[in-house]
Amino acid sequence: MWSRFLPLWESGFFIQRSGKDDGLVKGPLAVVGRYLPVIGLVVALLAVWEAAVRHFAVPKYVLPAPSAIAAALHGALPVLLKVHTPVTLAEAGLGLLMALIAGIASGTVVHSSAWARRTLYPLLVVSQTVPVIVLAPLLVIWFGYGMLPKLLVVTIACFFPIAVAVVDGLDGAHRGMLKLLRSMGASGWQQFVMVKVPAAMGSLFTGLRVAATYAVMAAVIAEWIGGDAGLGVYIVRSANSFRTEQVFAGIVLVTVYSIAMFLLVGLVRRWVLPWEAHLRAAGEAVKSIPVSSAKSQERSR
Amino acid sequence: MPKLLVENLSKSYVQEGQRLPVLDGISFAVEPGAFVAIVGPSGCGKSTLMEIICGLEPADAGTVAVDGKPVTGPGHVAYMPQEDLLFPWRRLIDNLIVPLQLKGVPRHAARQEAHRWLPFFGLDGFADAYPSQLSGGMRQRAALLRTFLTEREIIALDEPFGALDAHTRRRMQVWLADVHRQMRRTVLLITHDVDEALVLADRVVVLGPRPARVVYEADIDLPRPRDILSPAFAAYKGAVLAHLGNGEEDPSAPAVAGPPPGAMAGGRRGH
Repeated sequence: MWSRFLPLWESGFFIQRSGKDDGLVKGPLAVVGRYLPVIGLVVALLAVWEAAVRHFAVPKYVLPAPSAIAAALHGALPVLLKVHTPVTLAEAGLGLLMALIAGIASGTVVHSSAWARRTLYPLLVVSQTVPVIVLAPLLVIWFGYGMLPKLLVVTIACFFPIAVAVVDGLDGAHRGMLKLLRSMGASGWQQFVMVKVPAAMGSLFTGLRVAATYAVMAAVIAEWIGGDAGLGVYIVRSANSFRTEQVFAGIVLVTVYSIAMFLLVGLVRRWVLPWEAHLRAAGEAVKSIPVSSAKSQERSR
Repeated sequence: MPKLLVENLSKSYVQEGQRLPVLDGISFAVEPGAFVAIVGPSGCGKSTLMEIICGLEPADAGTVAVDGKPVTGPGHVAYMPQEDLLFPWRRLIDNLIVPLQLKGVPRHAARQEAHRWLPFFGLDGFADAYPSQLSGGMRQRAALLRTFLTEREIIALDEPFGALDAHTRRRMQVWLADVHRQMRRTVLLITHDVDEALVLADRVVVLGPRPARVVYEADIDLPRPRDILSPAFAAYKGAVLAHLGNGEEDPSAPAVAGPPPGAMAGGRRGH
């Protein structure tokens, strides 16, 4: 299907590519070039930090220098990767999956039923005002120190942005498209599957991206309350023994994994919603439409 | 028996507690295979009329009948609204098969059926393109092909070329006349462009300003393809414009004198 279309596409038949810089840079070097400012800023901040710690001789247990953190990270990396990372990522990943299922289910129910919108929706909003960190000990009391309470903490933390995104996405389906399907005799279910679900996908992924950045953090918070392994356990243990550089090493990994989850959702989005890339390209092309036709469009409204 | 019979159709909306009449006793008939254009000033309720005919909106009074049977819900008339409404997430071919899929035709068979029509609709080679990769004219032709693939005998077009630039619009009109000649479906076209109506239709029904009622009807007895510069065409146009008359809401309507002949192809919409 796609391969048949590719030659036409590559010939530039559909979109006339301008020779100018279109903001798309390719190759690893170009990527480095694009992020050079932010990389430079980070390096500068680390240098100031390092210099300040050395100059003022700050004790390591109060604030370790970046070099000490790097050394701690390097030393603990085998344990961190083999023992703690799998636990935390499993909790974050599975919890996010459960949040996805719960978010889609509750979002769909709220969208479909006026009754649920009046009763369930406000309840969901209120539930979000209870901090996850307060719920974690309760969940441990009810479900013990195993994986389940941690999964539940991640699910509770992540499901709300997904649910809201699903409601917004389904509500935002194009009225005209639904009307068109109705004119063809489509049932409510057919309208839902053919228009509402695809229309909500973009919104769903936006919510999922927000949720993904919460997932690792929520898993770490849940692990603080208790457990055998996990980055949260490692951080708490290190803090209790004043190994502050190890705390920072754990934080570094949590950050890396959160960013990775965020990027992963973006990748999946590109794979699941391939049309969005074309829509963006067309959005660029729209700017070059001559004024006359834009005017006639305006008049016809 | 007429293919489509509209009798004494009335409709009002209630807005902020006030009754707002939109349609006031509209009647007309469309013979099988005919091309009928409904012309009216902007905002006269043409789209409401179209939605009632397509069974999307109930009427307050009056009836719509297809083949003598009253229309009570959607599914009898193929409806093409002003916007192309192609689904951005479906490739062209999968947009075209929507009406077939709704009827339970398997995807593969539906695609084959749609493929057969691509050359005739000037879409050959674009089956796998996303709508955003197509030009305005192609999108509109795709929407029209999708409408044809509903396989209903009556096709209702609501300002199908309204969003196109004047040049593409003319080309699409010529092409639509060709499509109608070859496919022989009954076509109902709603437009506020008098030239468009007279170029395409066998019969023109003119609606007055809101609340809309039929103020003029005429069979257009001109050879095809129509010559918009001929005196006979001008005579029909004069009659239609005279009846559109006091449609102050439509800035293009009072141009009875018309632009100089050379400017006709550009349309009056730009003035």
